[in-house]
Amino acid sequence: MEVPILKQGQYLIASIQAALTDADLVQLRDALVQRVGKFRSRGVIVDVTALDVIDSFATRTLRDITRMIKLRGAETVIVGIQPEGAFSMVRLGLTLEGVATALDLEEGLAFLDRGTKGLGKETR
Amino acid sequence: MADEASVPINSDADIVAARQKGRALAAQMGFGSTDLTLIATAISELARNIVLYARRGEIVLKPAEDGQRRGMIVIARDEGPGILDIPQAMQSGYSTSGNLGLGLPGVRRLMDEFEIVSEVGKGTIVTAKKWKR
Amino acid sequence: MDKPRDQPTMTKAPVESTAALLRELVAHLRQNRTQLREEWARRITEAKLLMAMTKEEIFAEATSVYDNYVEVLETGSVEALEAYARDLSERIIPRGVETREVVGIVLLLRDVLARSLFAKYQGDFTLLNRILDAYEPAANRIANTVAVGFVQERERVIRQQQEAIRELSTPVLQVRERLLILPIIGLIDPLRARQLTEQLLRGIRTNRAKVVVIDLTGVAAMDSNVANHLVQTVEASRLLGATVIVTGLSPEIAQTLVTIGVDLMKMNTVGDLQGGIEEAERLLGYKVIPAVETDQQT
Repeated sequence: MEVPILKQGQYLIASIQAALTDADLVQLRDALVQRVGKFRSRGVIVDVTALDVIDSFATRTLRDITRMIKLRGAETVIVGIQPEGAFSMVRLGLTLEGVATALDLEEGLAFLDRGTKGLGKETR
Repeated sequence: MADEASVPINSDADIVAARQKGRALAAQMGFGSTDLTLIATAISELARNIVLYARRGEIVLKPAEDGQRRGMIVIARDEGPGILDIPQAMQSGYSTSGNLGLGLPGVRRLMDEFEIVSEVGKGTIVTAKKWKR
Repeated sequence: MDKPRDQPTMTKAPVESTAALLRELVAHLRQNRTQLREEWARRITEAKLLMAMTKEEIFAEATSVYDNYVEVLETGSVEALEAYARDLSERIIPRGVETREVVGIVLLLRDVLARSLFAKYQGDFTLLNRILDAYEPAANRIANTVAVGFVQERERVIRQQQEAIRELSTPVLQVRERLLILPIIGLIDPLRARQLTEQLLRGIRTNRAKVVVIDLTGVAAMDSNVANHLVQTVEASRLLGATVIVTGLSPEIAQTLVTIGVDLMKMNTVGDLQGGIEEAERLLGYKVIPAVETDQQT
């Protein structure tokens, strides 16, 4: 299932609507990377609020997205991780190290606006 | 009372099906929201292992009972290549780069009980249980 | 025990199997069901047990327990009894029935049935002994199952209540917009640790907190299990976009964290709660006015 990607100024916002298969996640990754290049976006927000679980594959893909988009000169922030999701992730041992996270879309936009300064959520 | 379910695992779409089924059954059993996600995540990891290493298998979900405790059993079964060194598999966790491995220690941390039986050339059975608090 | 040589022949073979004896005794218990049940209910009231229940309720339960009891003697299957014991416990615990009452009534039933066996077989001491050999282990197992089932159910209820109490005492405090404080006091077990984590994460989402101060001043030490929970809490909070400042870290806890592999340099720690709050406010962009100036204003 394809994830809708919206362009908001210099940012791209990908809103995950429901559970994604591994193939869907890879497709999302490629679509984002391609569009960042096409639109010369400065930032990407991936909203995972509706993702049912964030498991090892999803985590790895989110890290890949961050890395690949960084190579295109843009920042990525993951928003919408729920308490239950965060709890499972840390129990599984997945920390999303090196990936910026914010509470929700509003915070994600604020984060991108600030650049990487201020309350940077990347793990030192 | 909650049902049993068996989800065949052949493709990555089945990974989602299995974990959604697991979540639904666990919800029926009265697990809290955090536990629902822990169970669904564990199922996702186990089902993916089946797809990646054995191509095919099944996830069986059923209620568990132990005296006064009620809970859920997740069984991940396949006839794949099997695991050669189980202790080693239980040591290695996720690495930030390269192969993530089976992530079995992680699954064990998500559930309350965890057991694995595997034979090279025959297959693997992982049994994990979660009890209602 | 010696058998007299001239013991009169009986209608049964001299050596009865336990199964045959149990069958005979079950038949006896079924035949005399009505009066034995009444006898039992009478003795329950006499012993002032189950005061929380009405006579009708006692009789209804007595009937069920009696029938279950006899069935277990007959089939040897304890599962049905376990299920019944659980069901019974779930129903009577909210009524305030105590463990000693449940144990008491089951023992009374055992006594009532034993007495009726004495009465019936008093003419043949040998047979009576054999019957008792068959009856006693079965009866004791039943008493055990019901009592243990009751106690376990009670413990489960108590745990649930404790959990509910813990949930109610929400320790997550919002002191300013976007700033939460989680003061931790006393001994933390893994269960409590997990509960605190869940409450904190939900608090972060509800309050849209950007900074959390976890104060450990009130905690002298923690084992590595709980220390792991702490680390996980910090990491999980970050995933929700919140920065965590840990304050009041005692040297012991710092040592435990180092032992489990935490790089304290990477953890945002401040000596005391006040300092932690100031750091939090700084991160949030609040201007901190030193105390001296405020005094001057009053």
